[in-house]
Amino acid sequence: MALVRVETLSRVFDVSKPWLNRVLERSPKTYLTAVSDVSIEIEARSTYALVGESGSGKSTIGRMLVGLLAPSGGTVEIDGVDLAQERDAARVAAVRDRIQMIFQDPFASLNPRWKVRDIITEPVAARGGDTSGLAEELLEQVGLSARDAGKFPHEFSGGQRQRICIARALASKPELIICDEPTSALDVSVQAQVLNLMSDLKDDLGLTYVLISHDLTVVQHMADRIGVLYLGRLVEEATPDDLFASPRHPYTQMLLAAAPRMDGFGRDIPPPEGEIPDPTNPPKGCAFHPRCALATARCRSDRPVLRDLGGSRVACHLAE
Amino acid sequence: MADPVLSIRDLTVEIPTRHGILRPVDRVSYDIAQGEILGVVGESGAGKSMAGNAVIGLLTPPAHIAGGEIRLNGQRIDTLGPRALRRLRGKDIGMVFQDPLTSLNPLIRIGDQLTETMLTHLDISRKEAEARAIAALDEVGIPGAARRIDSYPHEFSGGMRQRVVIALALCAEPSLVIADEPTTALDVSVQAQIIALLKRLCRERGTAVMLITHDMGVIAETADRVAVMYAGRLAELGPVRDVLTKPQHPYTHGLMASTPLASRGQARLHQIPGAMPRLDAVPDGCAFHPRCPAAQARCTASPRPVAQDGAAACWFPRIKQEVS
Repeated sequence: MALVRVETLSRVFDVSKPWLNRVLERSPKTYLTAVSDVSIEIEARSTYALVGESGSGKSTIGRMLVGLLAPSGGTVEIDGVDLAQERDAARVAAVRDRIQMIFQDPFASLNPRWKVRDIITEPVAARGGDTSGLAEELLEQVGLSARDAGKFPHEFSGGQRQRICIARALASKPELIICDEPTSALDVSVQAQVLNLMSDLKDDLGLTYVLISHDLTVVQHMADRIGVLYLGRLVEEATPDDLFASPRHPYTQMLLAAAPRMDGFGRDIPPPEGEIPDPTNPPKGCAFHPRCALATARCRSDRPVLRDLGGSRVACHLAE
Repeated sequence: MADPVLSIRDLTVEIPTRHGILRPVDRVSYDIAQGEILGVVGESGAGKSMAGNAVIGLLTPPAHIAGGEIRLNGQRIDTLGPRALRRLRGKDIGMVFQDPLTSLNPLIRIGDQLTETMLTHLDISRKEAEARAIAALDEVGIPGAARRIDSYPHEFSGGMRQRVVIALALCAEPSLVIADEPTTALDVSVQAQIIALLKRLCRERGTAVMLITHDMGVIAETADRVAVMYAGRLAELGPVRDVLTKPQHPYTHGLMASTPLASRGQARLHQIPGAMPRLDAVPDGCAFHPRCPAAQARCTASPRPVAQDGAAACWFPRIKQEVS
């Protein structure tokens, strides 16, 4: 049974100019659709990765999963509870306890005036739980020393800080952790340490990860299932093996071809054409059609639905 | 072989602090030949950007060049005064930084920024400069260049802005371009466009490029030679294929092996134990020895400098071993 069930999820932001400008310039309200009609299911104890370039809506989905943002349409159900609709406060609180988040920037996500002990135990203390010895235990679990509990965040390097963030996320014994670009700010060798730690913790504690990343190599290494997003839409979903061996959506193909390869010495491939279109005014039909070499008249008028194709799901009229 | 465009010998940058002198760049030597792209890789704090800033004379005091020499086309430039250096920047050395928004003046139309740069450095008329500005924008792939020269930087997307910065860096026909993480802020597809552009323009003009980045993939696809830096020192220098597939220095080997690509199909990534030392606590001998699996007594006593191209700063280099 799926732990997370997301159905026809959408999120629209109002990015209009201020009222007075709109009146003076007679410009209408503008809306940005950050997430449009996304449906995914995430199995318990698996790693589901969301990849895409900036503006693809991957972080917005992550924020809706933890309840930091309310959906404009569709539902997010975690273990059968819809956080946005559920009226029973006790059930909401019970589910909330089981979700945690790790952010990209370990310098911005730790309060510089708090000791590490207070930072880590905060999720438990806020609910009135017992925190004695908790920080020390968690610090050792993430590969730091129990003595570090009395220090401040500035005494740690980027990789160590990310370990503290992970320790904090683990404090309330969650089942689901949303990791928003957890290693993007880290160097390669530190990234390897943090990714290994995340894998170990997942195995030991039976965690479920939603891994949000733009780095295809990280996603390939970590994920059990990958969802590729383009302009707020899920264009392809597959296992890493299928996705990297035979990408079916033209956007996925373009993304994989454009990623720099460590064995691509002197590789001279024609780079992809064009850029991501303006999200306040997305193209009609398939959002990718202006950059797609295969686009037909149908792609310009009808938005493709996500179809099942041999274990993968693809939103392309032409994929087979 | 012709004289290199840029030649750095035993370059040392020091920062005096209350707790002693820090050396973010420590006796680093390398050359870049005409038309060659040298990739400078390393992790944060390895001194790769600091070395680039020393070349263009943009060290922030109290950081200063404490030793060694820098030659551009045979002429020493580390001893030049601020005025001479200003003339050099833009004319003989072009620069592309990570964030295109901070390298462009937000209040000046991009056409004016280009013509102003050319009028300062080249002996041409305003009319010709304007014509060249349009040609330069056209060349970096900005559609409708003749119209877009009247646009302000904020009217461009991130990728287009970086194209403008490249046009700006190349407009005075410099012999060296220093590109410091030019694609780090960009998306994968745009990164591929910018890298292809930089590569094509520099090949066509025979411009030497110092490409500073932490991305091994970008280095593999773009650079001719690589300099790997660790704790302010050069760890390894050589042709890109040799360094990346047959690294001699244990650090380079560990770095390559810890990328998710190299560990494909394995449950765990290769890990280098520990972290790069802070600049105030660089160990004696080889800076890497506390983390090195092959360290011996000799490594703790004195470091081995990189003797020549294709060599590693290691007493016991790995020989002809593929990254496993």
